[in-house]
Amino acid sequence: MDNPAQIIIENVSHHYRPAVGREVLALESVSLQVREREFLALVGPSGCGKSTLLYLIGGFLPIDTGKIMVDGKPAAGPGPDRGIVFQNFALFPWKTVRKNVLYGLERQALPRAEREARAQAFIDLVGLTGFEESYPSHLSGGMKQRAAIARTLAFDPRMLLMDEPFGALDAQTRSLMQSELLAIWEKTRKTVIFVTHDVHEAVYLAERVAVMTARPGRIKAIIDTSFDKDDPEVHRSKIFVDKVDEVWTLVRDEAVKALEKQRP
Amino acid sequence: MTVAFSTGRGKPPGPASGRPDGKLPALRRLISNRSNFLLRYSPLLILALAWEAASRLQLASSLALPPLTDVARAWIELIQSGDLVGNGLSSLYRAGAGLALAILVGGALGVFMAVSRPANAMLGPLVELFYPMPKSALIPVTVLWLGFGDGSKILLIFLGCMLPVTIGAYNGARGSDQHLLWSARSMGARGLRVMWDVVVPSALPELLNGVRTALALAFILLVSSELVVARQGFGYLIGYLGANGSYEAMFAVVLTVAFIGFLADRVYQAVVERALRWRE
Repeated sequence: MDNPAQIIIENVSHHYRPAVGREVLALESVSLQVREREFLALVGPSGCGKSTLLYLIGGFLPIDTGKIMVDGKPAAGPGPDRGIVFQNFALFPWKTVRKNVLYGLERQALPRAEREARAQAFIDLVGLTGFEESYPSHLSGGMKQRAAIARTLAFDPRMLLMDEPFGALDAQTRSLMQSELLAIWEKTRKTVIFVTHDVHEAVYLAERVAVMTARPGRIKAIIDTSFDKDDPEVHRSKIFVDKVDEVWTLVRDEAVKALEKQRP
Repeated sequence: MTVAFSTGRGKPPGPASGRPDGKLPALRRLISNRSNFLLRYSPLLILALAWEAASRLQLASSLALPPLTDVARAWIELIQSGDLVGNGLSSLYRAGAGLALAILVGGALGVFMAVSRPANAMLGPLVELFYPMPKSALIPVTVLWLGFGDGSKILLIFLGCMLPVTIGAYNGARGSDQHLLWSARSMGARGLRVMWDVVVPSALPELLNGVRTALALAFILLVSSELVVARQGFGYLIGYLGANGSYEAMFAVVLTVAFIGFLADRVYQAVVERALRWRE
C-alpha cells in the first residue's frame, strides 16, 4: 500500500481550445500522486476534465502549466509504459482480434513465435478463445472491450489508463467485466488509473477514489476504499454502502454545481 | 434487392435454419446467385431481341442499326484478324497505367493533404479549381506535350482520374479516429508507421469509392482521346471503322468497350468487398 509514487501530478492546469468559441479552463492546478501498483479511480461530474487529466498523463495532450512526472521522467508524448483503454474500444476495425492484440507486440523486439504465444495467452485470459480471427465489427460490446484490454495488457505496460472503459456496456456485462478486471489486476498488479462517473464502480474497483470538482476540475477529496472486495456479497456490506454514500455525496454536490453553471 | 428469389426454396425439413455446416448452402447460394444473375440481366436479352427485330423488320435503317447477328459476325472476324485484340491490349495498357498512377499519386496526395495543414493550404485550392474542369479539354494539350502515342493517353487518364481518388483519400483520412491514432502511438508507433497503419486504412473505404469513379472516367477519357488522335486502341478502331462504313464492326467494338467497362466495374466491386470485409 505504501509503495512510492509512480505518477506525480503537480499544479497542472489545462485549457481546452474548441474549434470555434472561447477557450475553456478544463483543469485548474491539479495535484495528485499515484503509487506504484495502486488502483486509483477518478470520479467527478461530466465535463469536469477527468478524461483530460488521463490524456495528459498518457502524453496525448500537451501540458500548459504544471508538470506530470511518470517514473521520474516528464510525461512528454505517449509511450508503451502507459497502456490506454478507451470507452469506444479503439480497436483497429480492419484487423482481426489476433492482429489487434499483436499490434503492440510487433513494435517490440520479440521473436515472432513469442509474440504469437503472448497474444494467444492474453486472448485466452480475457476469454476470447475461438474469436482470434473475428473482426471487431462482429463482436459484442463486451467482447470488443475484452479484446481492447487484451491488446493493452499484451504489450505489458506498467500502468493502465482506463477512460470509462465499461461506460458503453450494458449493466450485466459491465458488472461481469468489473470482477474480471479486478481479478486481472490482482494477478498482474499494474498501476491503474480508472476514470468513471459510476460511483459504485469506482468504490468496488479502486483502492483510492479521487473526486474531482465541477469545471474547472480540481481534486476535491481522496477517499480510501481499500477493503476486502472478494466477498460476492460485498455490494451489500455496510462498509461498501457507506463508502459509496461518502463518495456519492461529494460527487453530487459537484454535479449540482455543474448543472447550475449550465443554467442561463 | 432480389433476396426473395433466394430464400425458402428447397429447404430441408428440420430445425436447421441457420446451419453452420458449409457445403450444401454454399452450393445452393451459388445456384440461386446464378438464377438471380440471369433474372437481373434479362432486360438485356429483351433489348438484344428488340434490336435484332427492329433492324430485320426495317424499323430502323440497317446502316444506322445493323442487325445484332451481323454485329456478332463482324466481332468474330475482328477477333480472327487480331485487330480487336491488338487494339484492345494497347487501350487496356493505357487505361491501366494511367489509372495506376492516378491511384498511387492521388491517394498519397489526399492523405498528405489530410495530415498536413500547409499541404492542404497549398493544394486545396488547386484541387477545387481543377476538379470540375472537363478533362477531355486536355486532349490536345497532352498530345502537344507527349505526341500521338501511349504517353499522351496515359497522362490524360492520370490527370483525369487523380482528383476523385485524392478527394476520397482526403475525406477518408481526415475522418481518422483520434482514439485510434492515440492507441497506435501508445503502443509505440510513430510518424510514417502511424500513417500507414491507421490513416491509410481509415481512408480506404472512401478512397476506394473515389477509385470506382476514376475507373469509369478512365474508360471515357481513353476512348475519347483515342477517337481524336491515335494510331491504335479501341477509340481509334471505332473511328476508323466508322469512317470506312464498316458499321457492323464499329458496333462490335462499341459493344466490346461497353462490356469491358461493365466487367471492370464488377470485378472492382468484388475486390473492394473483399478488401473491406472487416466492415459490418
